[in-house]
Amino acid sequence: MIHLSLSNVVVGYSDEPVLRGVSLDVPRGSLVAIVGPSGCGKTTLLRTIAGLIRARSGEVRLGGRMVATHGIHLAPEKRRIGWVPQDAALFPHLTVAENIAFALGGGRRAARRAAGGERVCALLELVGLGALADRIPAQLSGGQAQRVALARAIASDPDVVLLDEPFGALDPLLRGELRSEVRALLRAEGMTGILVTHDQGEALSIADYVAVMNNGEILQFGRPSEVYERPATPWVAGFVGESVFIDGTGTGDGHSLSALGALPTEWAAAAGVPADGAAVTVLVRPEQLALDPIDTDTGSVAGRVLATVTTVSYTGHDALLGLRLDEGTVVQSRVAAAGLLPIGARVAVTVHGRLLAYPPTP
Amino acid sequence: MSRGTVPAPVPTIAGRTIARRATPERTGNRRAPRPLLVLAIFACAIASIPLVYLVVRAGSSGLGDIVAILGRPRIPQLLANTVGLALAVTASCIAIGVPTAFLLARAKLRFRGFFAVLAALPLAIPSYLAAYGWLAAVPTFNGFWAAWLVLTLVSVPYVTLPVAAALRAGTTALDDVARTLGRGPWRAFWLGTWPQIRPATLAGALLVCLYVLSEFGAVALLRFPVLTTAIQQAYGASFNRNYAAILATVLVLLAIVLVLGEQAARGRARRRFGAVGGVSRHRIIRLGKWTAPASLLLAGVPALAVGLPVAVLFARLLDAETLRALDPVELGQAVVNTLMLAVGGAVIAVLLALPIGALAAKYAGRLVRIIESVGYLALGLPGIVVGLSLVFFSLAVVPALYQTGIVLAFAYGVLFMPKAIGAIRSSIAQVPVSLEDVARTLGYGRAQTWWLVTARLARPGIAAGALLVAVTAMKELPATLLLRPTGTDTLAIELWSRTDVSAYGAAAPYAAALVLLAAIPAFLLSGAGRGRTDGPL
Repeated sequence: MIHLSLSNVVVGYSDEPVLRGVSLDVPRGSLVAIVGPSGCGKTTLLRTIAGLIRARSGEVRLGGRMVATHGIHLAPEKRRIGWVPQDAALFPHLTVAENIAFALGGGRRAARRAAGGERVCALLELVGLGALADRIPAQLSGGQAQRVALARAIASDPDVVLLDEPFGALDPLLRGELRSEVRALLRAEGMTGILVTHDQGEALSIADYVAVMNNGEILQFGRPSEVYERPATPWVAGFVGESVFIDGTGTGDGHSLSALGALPTEWAAAAGVPADGAAVTVLVRPEQLALDPIDTDTGSVAGRVLATVTTVSYTGHDALLGLRLDEGTVVQSRVAAAGLLPIGARVAVTVHGRLLAYPPTP
Repeated sequence: MSRGTVPAPVPTIAGRTIARRATPERTGNRRAPRPLLVLAIFACAIASIPLVYLVVRAGSSGLGDIVAILGRPRIPQLLANTVGLALAVTASCIAIGVPTAFLLARAKLRFRGFFAVLAALPLAIPSYLAAYGWLAAVPTFNGFWAAWLVLTLVSVPYVTLPVAAALRAGTTALDDVARTLGRGPWRAFWLGTWPQIRPATLAGALLVCLYVLSEFGAVALLRFPVLTTAIQQAYGASFNRNYAAILATVLVLLAIVLVLGEQAARGRARRRFGAVGGVSRHRIIRLGKWTAPASLLLAGVPALAVGLPVAVLFARLLDAETLRALDPVELGQAVVNTLMLAVGGAVIAVLLALPIGALAAKYAGRLVRIIESVGYLALGLPGIVVGLSLVFFSLAVVPALYQTGIVLAFAYGVLFMPKAIGAIRSSIAQVPVSLEDVARTLGYGRAQTWWLVTARLARPGIAAGALLVAVTAMKELPATLLLRPTGTDTLAIELWSRTDVSAYGAAAPYAAALVLLAAIPAFLLSGAGRGRTDGPL
């Protein structure tokens, strides 16, 4: 069931819109990650959903209510949303408990009364900060502050929780930990969440759905595996993972001919396979390339694609090798670190799985 | 999933083309709310009464009169004196202020905190008090060089403080790069550090220049004729007040030229400096054999600006004759009057400054910039000009208020509004937008958010602005001379009337009371700025 729905939302001035007609449907109870490079408009999209920015045109529906449409703009305080900003934004003049109680309405005095109440205590326990109720924000670590911000955002039982790069300022270890905590918490509460991030790994790992944005548009929306395995455009492919693009030609029988040989191929964004003789750009993920070391003097190499290792980028658990095929094309291969080959090594390249074809790039 | 996927219209590898940078996401859609705009424009209108009315009054004289007055042989002399003194004092303030700031920010000093307080100290005493101290010590002390010396001593902090702040926030990384590229230390400073402190130096120099232009008490005491003293004389010899109005207009024009010139210069400087980013990192320099001369510079200026006048003051104060002549009731009354007028001025200044500061802190756009500039208008308005204009205005428009405390407090409010705007603007700007966003999403409306979050967190800054105005108003002399209600004497007036008749000893108790009274809010200010903002209070 669709819980949050955007349709053709435009934000910004007409000569340079920040959002150029964004449509998005979010099912109830799911966590959607909006991912894209900085400046692509993802934070603007989140602020538009919150009502902190006014859309120039388009519609936003939230929990069955129309909150923004032509000429109508529901103020943020009436939208029943939870907001978790990047810097946590805890009120410095309130304690941890008062910060959460502030969400229950009535201003500071009411917050002070409600701070010791059952609801606030339950929320504090939920985020594991029961012992820190009377601390002031300046005494919290980054991770603790984000937990308080999360508790405050869900305190009034909002329709949707909006998270604006909430883990961006944390160190990598803590980030992973808090990420799964937030995921579990939202799922347990049955809440719909929208998470903005520029980290595609984060998006793929915790979200139910991923929306890839660039230049004010959503280029693709789908399950993380769909987005990674069937990227709608070469740009999306390049953004969500390491990609190699090679020029090729269709054969009409579900294959393509390229520097890597004749390989099974289908269109990425359309049904069917490239026609015979059709020029295409094919996508190969580095993990699709398997390498066999060869001895140039003795090995039989007839009919195999041969290459030389030109670069090695070692990352610990695995390594990314740069290869130059004998006919000149440059590709990449991800290999387990154990099988590391030195620069200059001669290898035979085998491709696993099918390739995705895109219309050729000019 | 019904219609999630939005295919890209053109299948290009966008990663290879350079995507156009979207407009800044934070400021994109923040339009100023209408009620705030209306309030700010209203405040601007009120604040520009003195300037507008002055121009109206001067213009009403008729072209012939104006030409005749400007053609008087005395005018070129007054202009030369005024501009010459302003330029000389500004030059010497830069020459002393920049090295002082450099020592405070970048040198290894044993009593750095103490020297930093010393450097700001001259701001605490009014220039006429410093002049009075010097005059009491050296009775023949007068003329251009006397005025130059006293004004330089008391206005050096206007350069020292902003330049020291810029140096502390700045970096020596550029100097290092210049050194590695084969430049000597001085050349490296010129290439790396000077561009970073140029805007602060310019801003400080502008303040000094404006300060000297509007200076009245010290130059009058030291008998150096400039525009302000001529205005006062023309006003006193009340047969032709048009003469005073026209002189005042000339003075304002000088100030406006200065402000515009500084803005143009600063605009260029900003653009040039804009590319320099990065963290503030700088080396601390060991002085070695230069320690003694450096300490002499750091201690010498405050000693001559504050130490000498205050010492003379206390010597006179302890004089038996002085104490016999003192009327405690009169002194007490002056203290009360001073306090009430200063507080009234502070309240008016803050009320006028609040909408302007709030607008400038949170919103951008041309209208907002114009409103803010109008708010800072009084920076270029000498006290004597505001006083004169409000005399005309109250006589012509609200005669019932002429020579009442209300007009005087209003004059203080208008004159020192820029100080309040600065304090309010920066304290509101420091409240992160994300806090307001959160409050909105938690169900609080715009007004509630303003009251519960923004105003609450900006409170220390707003209070500091009010105190700053009150301190400055207590020391204000020329506007007070022109506008004070008959029979109402403030400390500044009492002090002035006694120095006028060369009854130096009798002036001492009032001078001492003024220094003490101004010291209390200054003390509060230094305490209020620290530790309160992030505490649980």
